[in-house]
Amino acid sequence: MRKVYFDHSATTPVRPEVVDEVCTSLKENFGNPTSLHYFGRQVRKDVEAAREKVAAAIGAIPNEIVFTSGGTESDNMAIHGVAMSNKNKGNHIITSAVEHHAVMNTVKALGKEGFTITILPVDKYGMVSVNDVVAAITDKTILITIMHANNEVGTIMPIQEIAKLAYARGIFMHTDAVQSFGKIPVNVNELGVDLLTISAHKIYGPKGVGALYIRKGTRWKQSLFHGGAQERLRRAGTENVPGITGLGKAAELAMADLPKETEYLKTLRDRLIRQVTTKIDRVKLTGHPDKRLPNHASFTFEFIEGESMLLSLDMKGIAASSGSACTSGSLEPSHVLLAMGIPHEIAHGSIRITLGRDNTMEDIDYFLEVMPPIVDRLRAMSPLDQETEFASNGGCDACKSSGSCKS
Amino acid sequence: MYTEKVMDHFENPRNVGEIENPDGVGQVGNPTCGDIMKIYLKVNDDNVIEDVKFKTFGCGAAIATSSMVTEMVKGKTLDEALKISNKAVADALGGLPPKKMHCSNLAADALQAAIEDYMSKKGKK
Repeated sequence: MRKVYFDHSATTPVRPEVVDEVCTSLKENFGNPTSLHYFGRQVRKDVEAAREKVAAAIGAIPNEIVFTSGGTESDNMAIHGVAMSNKNKGNHIITSAVEHHAVMNTVKALGKEGFTITILPVDKYGMVSVNDVVAAITDKTILITIMHANNEVGTIMPIQEIAKLAYARGIFMHTDAVQSFGKIPVNVNELGVDLLTISAHKIYGPKGVGALYIRKGTRWKQSLFHGGAQERLRRAGTENVPGITGLGKAAELAMADLPKETEYLKTLRDRLIRQVTTKIDRVKLTGHPDKRLPNHASFTFEFIEGESMLLSLDMKGIAASSGSACTSGSLEPSHVLLAMGIPHEIAHGSIRITLGRDNTMEDIDYFLEVMPPIVDRLRAMSPLDQETEFASNGGCDACKSSGSCKS
Repeated sequence: MYTEKVMDHFENPRNVGEIENPDGVGQVGNPTCGDIMKIYLKVNDDNVIEDVKFKTFGCGAAIATSSMVTEMVKGKTLDEALKISNKAVADALGGLPPKKMHCSNLAADALQAAIEDYMSKKGKK
């Protein structure tokens, strides 16, 4: 059976060049980079070379890169570290309602430790409004953390404008760029952020490794990990050398391929979105129509449930994902879709297709061939009254209370 | 994650559809939770379930348990049918993942609601 991988926002296949890099590190360079002797020195070189590649990919200087165990650790470390180092300045943190759990739950945890939290709403496209950020800032605000691009709906946030506001008021700005890095340009100076999170396995690198960019001069300290002096006191623990060299290679390759790959993925994505929304009734694109990741297409299909669609697609060899409750392991559908004002019953019918460099137009055509009969079959089984149920309340009533929707 | 039996009932569900002029109809769940099961019954004079159909909005487990319960009760008396529990339906499918035991395992409840509907209609006659 044809196998089609459409879940690149979950993880990506490791590129052969990256595999080689990781294998070389495992087989030939086992030393501890902290060691003074020959074995250590060799590995130190590899780690620093990887740091230079990652720094170059995001416009940073190598000293500003700290290697971590991945996106979740980088987010925790960034947010917690800024909070702890700036307690004397203020206790207010601003974030958005559509953040990844790694950010959302870190911020909420700080909320229980005496910090005041503002969770900004989003509009129907999942976009944070810059005006809402302005309105939320107080003289106690010490940190704004808003993702660069959303994992579930692909919407790209106005980070540059928000960071400018933050900078003018002496507030630190963190962005989780796990989904955007490698897909659109991510440059810390153009974005104007102080801290930025990336992960290797979303850019065809290995799992379990990521990085946190910390701008020179940022009032931040390691507040979670206690231990040795690795990573210049910023991250204790012996470095994950094979992972780090893999991340370096993956970042280098991603940068070399970025312009070409963006265009290619956009072509696939645009055909997919156009065809799905015209070939199938009662389907909506979720997320922003233009300001979205080039590899990201997400939909809601009315009257049917996401996991049933995923299982049906899986039986046809297509791997996708959903924001339905059944796939999250809780009773609630995706917090992102709910924050966008999408009703529960429709959020249960969400499907996310995230494309990658190995996908082809034939893969898109295959999806377009198998999806309509799957939808028909499940709708035929659905007890929901497809004439009257889910009557959409349409327009701006659907969005919660984002400033951009009130106008 | 799912047993072969669950996947079989998901892929080839038994007794999908509606019954015209049913003797009893039962519905449980709601779209907000992501699961709705609706069961239709045809009951003969001997209190035997002659025909049963279902329609379900929900995940793989919801569809498979609905299909399984219809297979289990066809030809059974109402008394026998009322003894079927949600757990018995899950067991007949070779088990369900733990997190599905609560949210998607409601088929026996839908069946009971349909039988109750039949009883109350019959009582009114």
